[in-house]
Amino acid sequence: MTTSAGTWEPSPRERERRALRRERSRRDVLVATVAAVVLLGGLLAALLLSPGWPTVRSSFLSWPDAKAAFPSVIKGFLKYNVVGFLIAEPVILLIGASVAVVRSSTSAAMFSVRVLAVVYTDVFRGLPTFLVVIVFGLAIPGLRLQGVTTNTFWLGLAALCLCYGAYVAEVFRAGIESIHPSQVASADTLGLTRWQAMWYVVLPQATRRVTPPLLNDFISLQKDTALLSAIFVFDGLFAAQDYAAYHFNYTPITVVGVLYLLLTIPLTRFTDVMLRRALRRQFAGAR
Amino acid sequence: MNAQSDGCLLQVTDLRKTYGDKVVLADVDLSVRAHDVICLIGSSGSGKSTLLRCVNLLEDIDDGVIVFEGSEISDPRVDRRAVRSRMGMVFQSYNLFPHLTVLDNCTLATRRVHGVPKNEAEQRAHDLLSRFGLADQAEKHPDRMSGGQQQRAALVRALCTRPTLLLLDEITAALDPELVGEVLTIVRELAEQGTTMILATHEMAFARDIATTVCFLDEGRILEQGPPAEIFRNPREDRTRRFLARVLG
Repeated sequence: MTTSAGTWEPSPRERERRALRRERSRRDVLVATVAAVVLLGGLLAALLLSPGWPTVRSSFLSWPDAKAAFPSVIKGFLKYNVVGFLIAEPVILLIGASVAVVRSSTSAAMFSVRVLAVVYTDVFRGLPTFLVVIVFGLAIPGLRLQGVTTNTFWLGLAALCLCYGAYVAEVFRAGIESIHPSQVASADTLGLTRWQAMWYVVLPQATRRVTPPLLNDFISLQKDTALLSAIFVFDGLFAAQDYAAYHFNYTPITVVGVLYLLLTIPLTRFTDVMLRRALRRQFAGAR
Repeated sequence: MNAQSDGCLLQVTDLRKTYGDKVVLADVDLSVRAHDVICLIGSSGSGKSTLLRCVNLLEDIDDGVIVFEGSEISDPRVDRRAVRSRMGMVFQSYNLFPHLTVLDNCTLATRRVHGVPKNEAEQRAHDLLSRFGLADQAEKHPDRMSGGQQQRAALVRALCTRPTLLLLDEITAALDPELVGEVLTIVRELAEQGTTMILATHEMAFARDIATTVCFLDEGRILEQGPPAEIFRNPREDRTRRFLARVLG
């Protein structure tokens, strides 16, 4: 392997082969392009030629309405949807990971906490998120408890955290259980405590393995911040509906949709890149 | 065409493989005739495994020609799956599918790739399993078996499709000495029955016994090849002599 690559010249057969591969990849690109144009063109034609297209266009894609509604929509979107998501995400990760770790613990002292964790995941995974948000946003202020906020944004956010925490806990648990017992055994032989084994050995591997479903849940969470509009938080969707109610035009809804896509798609791409890098490191040269 | 008239099953010519700037194989020539048992020896990183992976088309080669059963398989247009369905490969780490029983591992390719009916595929697997002393293991999952049993099952899996060429990549390297024997016995049996094989191995005594040709690889080149008696008793190259002195102790 110390031979230098410098002196070597490809043989005629290899040149031929490379030309063949190049030609092939050119053909693949061509096929892909043609297929994409045909498919997108067809969809576009179906849309533009549909009988109701002019009406739909004026009520969902009107530029003046988009411009007029944009300031209040973006304000609500940034202030509540984005901020809410950014606060909820770390909280949910923490809840999910802790509950999962508790559920996979085996010590007797943790028994009651384990039962609590099971009940929590069962209940909050079983209830519609919408319902939990409504109950938190409307019933809790109704109790007039001392020291509990009546701000529906925070209450709604707490509801989202609890619901998503339950989902994420199950995702983490699946990840933890997928790590081979031999990993725990080798951590044991090194003298690590059960918690150390979990923290340094199992959880890092489990997290990597469950990153795609975690991301799935987080994208879902980003979208579900719109549920806050049900308890009168003036978020992006609420602002858009507000505008629609006054001006009989739904374009702001489209604007919110675009904003959501601008938020979720880059995150997906980013995670894909991270994951690929991690995989390359872990499975280097062992295809 | 030339290869066919020579009666060669596999003909590797001027094979070259690089990973980036690192040259892993260079100027490798190798001919394998039917019933040959080729042993690739050499230190770790000498390119033995890479050579096997190139032959099985798991790696794209950077130059050279590989001809198998009379047709060039290093051609980009070749149907890789068709080529592989004629070869069997066994890995150092068994690579059995952990979610399937041994029987299902062994019948997967026969049924799904070769379209053999279920009964016949299972019959074939059972026959081979019992020949290899695994008759009672058919319904077990791989994780429940010893390393030696798993590797024997992996051999059965590779043989079930009746390949014309068997590639064995250091198949005893992960086994403890006690279990090495049970796997090698089977390989020896296969060799005696005329199975054509290329095996990368660290078991020198075994290579000396069963090989028809031994190839010594060093830094990605076949430094020396010939009948085992010649290579082991009277190596031409100094490098080979040093390697043998080290591994034979």
